[in-house]
Amino acid sequence: MAVSSGGFPWVTLVVFLPLLGVAAILLAKEEMAQWIGLAASSVVLLVSLPLWVMFNESTAAMQFVEKHQWIASPSIHYAVGVDGISLPLVLLTTFLTPLCVLVSWTSIGTRVREFMISLLVLETATLGVFVALDFVLFYIFWETMLIPMYLIIGVWGGPNRVYAAIKFFLYTLAGSVLLLVAIIVLFFSSGENAFDILTLSQSAYSPTLQAWLFWAFFAAFAVKVPMFPFHTWLPDAHVEAPTAGSVILASVLLKMGTYGFLRFSLPMLPDASLSFTPIIMTLSVIAIIYGAYMAFAQSDLKKLIAYSSVSHMGFVTLGIFAMNAQGIEGAILQMVNHGITTGGLFLCVGIIYERTHSREIIDNSGLAKLMPCYATFFVIFALSSVGLPGMNSFVGEFFVLLGTFMWSKFAATLAALGVILAAAYILWMLQRVVYGVPSQSMASKLYDMNPREWGILVPLVFFVFWIGLYPKPILDVMHASVDNLIQQEVKIMTVEIPEPIVPATLVLSDSSSSVLDRETILP
Amino acid sequence: MSIPLVDLTTVLPELLVVLAACVLFVLDPIMPASKKDFLAWMCVGTLVVCFFVTAAGMGEKTFAFSNLVVVDSYASFWKLLLYVVSGMTILLSIGYLKEERIDLAEFYGFIMLSLTGMMIMVSGSDLLVIYLGIELMSISFYIMAGFKRFEAKSIESSAKYFILGAFSSGLLLYGISLIFGAAGSTRLVEIAAAVDARGLDDPLVLIAMMLIIVGFGFKVSAVPFHMWTPDVYQGAPTSVTAFLAVASKAASFAAFLRVLLEGFGGVKPNWSGFILGMCILTLILGNIVAIVQNNIKRMLAYSSIAHAGYALIGVVVAGWMGTEAGVASRGVSSIMLYLAIYSFMTMGAFAMIAILRRGGLEGEELDDFTGLAKRHKGAAFLMMVFMVSLAGIPPTAGFIGKFYLFMAAVNAGLTWLAVVGLIFAAVSAFYYLRVVMVMYMREPSSDQELETRLAFSPTATVVLAFAVAGVILLGIYPGPLVSVATSSAISLP
Repeated sequence: MAVSSGGFPWVTLVVFLPLLGVAAILLAKEEMAQWIGLAASSVVLLVSLPLWVMFNESTAAMQFVEKHQWIASPSIHYAVGVDGISLPLVLLTTFLTPLCVLVSWTSIGTRVREFMISLLVLETATLGVFVALDFVLFYIFWETMLIPMYLIIGVWGGPNRVYAAIKFFLYTLAGSVLLLVAIIVLFFSSGENAFDILTLSQSAYSPTLQAWLFWAFFAAFAVKVPMFPFHTWLPDAHVEAPTAGSVILASVLLKMGTYGFLRFSLPMLPDASLSFTPIIMTLSVIAIIYGAYMAFAQSDLKKLIAYSSVSHMGFVTLGIFAMNAQGIEGAILQMVNHGITTGGLFLCVGIIYERTHSREIIDNSGLAKLMPCYATFFVIFALSSVGLPGMNSFVGEFFVLLGTFMWSKFAATLAALGVILAAAYILWMLQRVVYGVPSQSMASKLYDMNPREWGILVPLVFFVFWIGLYPKPILDVMHASVDNLIQQEVKIMTVEIPEPIVPATLVLSDSSSSVLDRETILP
Repeated sequence: MSIPLVDLTTVLPELLVVLAACVLFVLDPIMPASKKDFLAWMCVGTLVVCFFVTAAGMGEKTFAFSNLVVVDSYASFWKLLLYVVSGMTILLSIGYLKEERIDLAEFYGFIMLSLTGMMIMVSGSDLLVIYLGIELMSISFYIMAGFKRFEAKSIESSAKYFILGAFSSGLLLYGISLIFGAAGSTRLVEIAAAVDARGLDDPLVLIAMMLIIVGFGFKVSAVPFHMWTPDVYQGAPTSVTAFLAVASKAASFAAFLRVLLEGFGGVKPNWSGFILGMCILTLILGNIVAIVQNNIKRMLAYSSIAHAGYALIGVVVAGWMGTEAGVASRGVSSIMLYLAIYSFMTMGAFAMIAILRRGGLEGEELDDFTGLAKRHKGAAFLMMVFMVSLAGIPPTAGFIGKFYLFMAAVNAGLTWLAVVGLIFAAVSAFYYLRVVMVMYMREPSSDQELETRLAFSPTATVVLAFAVAGVILLGIYPGPLVSVATSSAISLP
């Protein structure tokens, strides 16, 4: 399995460099904390780029693997590596963290040192989750992530922050409790005496055991995604968290749940995944429509985006459990897209909150006149969230819907309804925020974006259009791994997959149509 | 009757500790008050010597005094842990006793005496010797709990502990006398033979066994024999509470396991179910009641009850029907690992309480920790590490301890018990995180900022550093401790 990295521990370097930044922050003066945080997270971004450059797209095997024994009995390894599923998420994390440092530049005024430390520890933990190849190691990173996030929400958050922080912590902790038991049960029932994720994926488990384990995994991952009806912590956490916290939470942490489904539930428990697909699909469709419906009712911008996240993450789980190449590739792409788009929206809200200190739509309306540049960015991200063709989310949602269509026309139709609802609530929100009547009391506080804020949003806009117009580089990265995943599923698939319909009208561009042709799986 | 010299060398560490205690009691009256610290350092020195003596002899199995005492690697493991914990308690007390104005050197003598009792407990292979150890430990604790002799709470704590402790000792002794009637001996080996011969349904053995379990249940503060714990923990001087929560619990569990496995190994089905019930009750009550506590010492008392519940999972595994020898021994080693890790984090948490002062008093209310992160970043961070570890969240050692316990439970086929344990671990996160929340997310009032301070002493700093190093290092690299515990657990049947 080991595709070696040429010996150089790239992955370890990427994961633990932020901790080096933490050490530097501890030694330096408080005023330097932001600069060191920015430097450390930027270096991590630079160091993570070679992973992409040197990534071999033709194989599904783990790459840049490092494996060292950590504990002898039971055999637990420090094993890390990336494949086509985890690499996009690793890059997303390293890309967003410097932006989070930048957006906190002036908005975090107290205890800056601790904030930067929390942010960097959080980066290490989330990167660790995506690259861990040992189940215990995965769990350790998965849980470690809770502490810095708890502090970020609870210390630097809004008025109701303590409640939100504790709710976030207990909800996710309670969810992951069963995961630990499931990991231990897997260890004993595989008979391999290993916690190695790839080894555990190759063992066969009895259908009854699979069913139990599936729901144990589900408890952990569904809370994190969050899937309906386990989403109630999300609006609270998002609303109360500082901007950087919201961005990391929405863009990266939610992906840990869907990543868990892809990495563990599908390959390890194929029978159970298949037999419970209707339930998950139903919950996903409910999440899409319910999230959109709730978003209508919100007068708080952050809450609106939070509920739109619930809706968008519904598309991701929908795509994953469609269990075909289109669905899963669309889901992974949608994970990245949601990270960029929702990250962008939260950053926009953060920027306006710094000026008006209000997240209410009514206080922040009519921005087009006073802040034209800002309004442009805001519209771009909002339209991307709607899934306007030519922008990133369209590609992802299109693939997901295509995959779902193959599974069930009815589910796809309902999910498509979610897209329409999204268009409605986003456009209504845009109408009020961008073109509404400016609030008199706020007008004096409004000024257009400064260079730092430009610097935060421009890279995101770049990716919005890049993925929207030419998603091939990102899709190429995931092909081999997704194929491999599908192969494992196909072996046990009993349902007949109808021939996929690729009408000419749906073809986006040359590149993506070639993708479809190549990746279409036939029964 | 003459005592062979070889027997004396077997119990050399015990003799050294007793000797140190006696020398201390002799020197104490004639030393000038300013030099009393020297006596504490003498005790620490003795512990260091004992540590090396025990560590050097580890791995052998020696009987002494015609099989009344056994020194095997199981006993040695616990002794090493007890030295470390006692040393930390003494170091913590040097500053703490001065702060409380009760700096009498006898205190260190009592610590050494109760340590002797604990060492006898973990090494005893005869019920009466174990009983002797328990009494020596307990009587020293009764005195130490009332050491703040001008404070009603401390006296109350001492009296309560004495009355309930004496009562539980009585039950234990009654159990021992009944088993003597059944087996004709109090030696564990002979009890095991008699128990095997009499079979599972012998009422005399059953009654004796129940009484012994109840007696030990008091000592490890398992529900429903936990009533003394909160009051005693709250009233006793904090360094004594730490010692009580850590050392006394570890030694009692060590003796408890040895008695159950060596003496009553033949009737495992009879006691494992009973312990299972105790375990679940302990987990539930300890964790639920801890939620509503506003006094941190009291909260940690309930938390220590809850942790006894986790350790009992290991006891259940060791006695569960149909488990192979390897699995049972994994249960034992997971308890050893768990209590070793528990010692570091609990010691650290109590050390923080001991150095936090409000006015002239200890800062033992939750409110006293309000906004600590603003004033003392380092101290707040340490307390957070201890709390996170107690909640069992990685990458701290608390997670490793729980992980091995639940591994053992699942291995024995008790997956549902692991689920129960983990659910209550999630519940416990609530009250541990409340401390973190108070420290990091609340603003201190102005008079609080004036009144509260941290009474750091160099020795207390060493204790904190030691505890936090243990919690973090054992969390990141538990390998060596795991292998020591695993190899030591084998010496029990």
